[in-house]
Amino acid sequence: MASSTCHLFRAACVRATRCGSLGAYALPGTRARYQHTQSQKNENLGVFRPEPSSAKSLMDIGTRRIFSAEHDIFRQSARRFFQEEVVPHHTKWEKDGQVSREVWEKAGQQGLLGANIPEEQGGMGGDILSSAVVWEEQMYVNCTGPGFSLHSDIVMPYISHYGSKSQVERYIPQMAAGKCIGAIAMTEPGAGSDLQGVRTNAKKDGSDWILNGSKVFITNGWMSDVVLVVAVTNREARSPAHGISLFLVDSGMKGFVKGRKLEKIGLKAQDTAELFFEDVRLPADALLGEENRGFYYLMAELPQERLLIADMAIASCEFMFEETRSYVKQRKAFNKTIAHLQTVQHKLAEMKTQICIGRAFLDNCLQLHEQKHLDSATASMAKYWASDLQNTIATQGVQLHGGWGYMWEYPIAKAYVDSRVQPIYGGTNEIMKELIARTILTIHVPVSLIRLIPSMLKVVSWNSRLAADNARLFPNILESAEKFQSALAALSLDVKGF
Amino acid sequence: MSLRVLVGVKRVIDYAVKVRVKPDKTGVVTDGVKHSMNPFCEIAVEEAVRMKEKKLVSEIIAVSCGPQQCQETLRTALAMGVDRGIHVDVPAKDYENLGPFQVSKILAALVKKENVNLVVLGKQAIDDDCNQTGQMTAALLDWPQGTFASEVIMENDKLKVTREIDGGLETISIQLPAVVTTDLRLNEPRYATLPNIMKAKKKKIEAVKPSELGVDLASRLQILSVEEPPQRQAGVKVESVEDLVAKLKETGRI
Repeated sequence: MASSTCHLFRAACVRATRCGSLGAYALPGTRARYQHTQSQKNENLGVFRPEPSSAKSLMDIGTRRIFSAEHDIFRQSARRFFQEEVVPHHTKWEKDGQVSREVWEKAGQQGLLGANIPEEQGGMGGDILSSAVVWEEQMYVNCTGPGFSLHSDIVMPYISHYGSKSQVERYIPQMAAGKCIGAIAMTEPGAGSDLQGVRTNAKKDGSDWILNGSKVFITNGWMSDVVLVVAVTNREARSPAHGISLFLVDSGMKGFVKGRKLEKIGLKAQDTAELFFEDVRLPADALLGEENRGFYYLMAELPQERLLIADMAIASCEFMFEETRSYVKQRKAFNKTIAHLQTVQHKLAEMKTQICIGRAFLDNCLQLHEQKHLDSATASMAKYWASDLQNTIATQGVQLHGGWGYMWEYPIAKAYVDSRVQPIYGGTNEIMKELIARTILTIHVPVSLIRLIPSMLKVVSWNSRLAADNARLFPNILESAEKFQSALAALSLDVKGF
Repeated sequence: MSLRVLVGVKRVIDYAVKVRVKPDKTGVVTDGVKHSMNPFCEIAVEEAVRMKEKKLVSEIIAVSCGPQQCQETLRTALAMGVDRGIHVDVPAKDYENLGPFQVSKILAALVKKENVNLVVLGKQAIDDDCNQTGQMTAALLDWPQGTFASEVIMENDKLKVTREIDGGLETISIQLPAVVTTDLRLNEPRYATLPNIMKAKKKKIEAVKPSELGVDLASRLQILSVEEPPQRQAGVKVESVEDLVAKLKETGRI
């Protein structure tokens, strides 16, 4: 039990504050500020924020040059939230196979949802690094139940970027408040990485749409209030990519049935579910963005999904490392702690080095993304490498815990099973390698151009004259809207991109 | 009556940090060590912000005395809802001698300068545990004081303060202007939310020097030595109650 002293103490602290125990040192939230390092001021160099490799803990606040003092304040709030509102309930949620509605609303009240969504739309108006703070803090408490990151940084951006004014007004403030839980439904029993296999379809009936099909492995599926459904709207398109649309489907619509909460080997408190759509009648304004443009929207948004998986993977590594470090320092064998064994010391050295290298690349990616320069292949590299590293560190962490590491009561065991899905979802790591390889062997497409795709497409269909004007800005690449579209196809942005 | 409130926020070594004594025994190691706002000061900030939300307060000013890094602590207070900050710039060298008496002189001077009519302070700081600043400030201003508050209710131009005293709770009524110091159970400080953190970036922090306030920082105290608390000695196991009683008698405890 001793390795979880840190957790027991945390729990005791929370209990103490709940019971209003006396004593200055049981103050609310103090344990939540668990931290050692902070930025140092040097008269010649100005403010210096140490990197994790030289900080006392890989999870310290006040470290990493990509963050600012404001991010530190936000991180303290987020850390306190996860320790006070998530950790004490997570065991129950694991048994329930879902979290509580209450925790979603509390997260909303504390402004942890939609951190990167503009304030004008009802989000928090923070940068992507603020979102990263929430991702990381969730992994630092080793609680994978609440699907906040998918909700805030995958589903909400689609609505924010492509939604109509009324869709934004209807969903974003409610989602930011945690009162409307979002999910995205891409995967089907017969279509995962290969989107050509999507069979869910929507057919026009007057101005309405009739949706049919089924989806599986849907994160937040059971609790979701709104699901972003990927459906085929044009079977005759010259490639399936040209015939996909996105729909906002509300829970409770006639014909929309949620299946069971799926029994997974990890992510026990996450309400991953199956969803079924049988003749669901959707009004015209359930369509997100434009008809048959879904694929391009997905292409533009997927790098962020991969980035968040990667960042959460490295954050989990940092958690597992600290957990393992504290275990080997107190576990005794051969009359000494096992931290005295050179084989253990060298293993820790390897682990820390690998994690710090991963963190350096991830911080680089986060900064690129903050400046809107993260390209798809780089995001894929981060996702593939970080999630593989997470599994390596999980295996090694369990090994260093010995038999106790195999016991559910130990945090490392939970981190181990939770790590296994990371190389699978958000595009398998095999697909990531495909995407990376493509950019090695084909022409280089500047990110700035890829970023223009959604806006160009809007322009193309809204107004052909405007499109032509826009096209003139890029005379070397496209001469007309039509050519622009074929250029897109030539960029190998085909369905395998998933 | 709409109040102008002054809240003190002290930057202290974070609770979670294991404090170490400097080798020369003149103090504790502070370089590169995480600091944060004194938890009792957080409670003071929270109380002021709640009073403002009830429209009892027109402006909240937070003040922190110490080196440049105190501005980070003020920033946290601003993110919690304080309107503006005053950083009383005390260089690191002088800061070592800055005690409750000097700080209360600074606070009293600021109260007059800023036309404040309520001062809310933490009952003590978790670094030196002095528990004197609030009382001294009230004395210097010749204002009534409500210390160790676990509840503060405004009644016209009076404050009803419930105090945590040794035997239980004591309720007093004090005339404004007044000084209140906060105890643990007064409230639970809020989280700084992202929009408020960003709004705080635009709020002003004014830097002033103690000399500009006409305050002399000379200290009459001298630190002779700072020592680690003694290490706990190993205990003894006894078999029965009789053994325990015998042992306690032997050591002269009973």
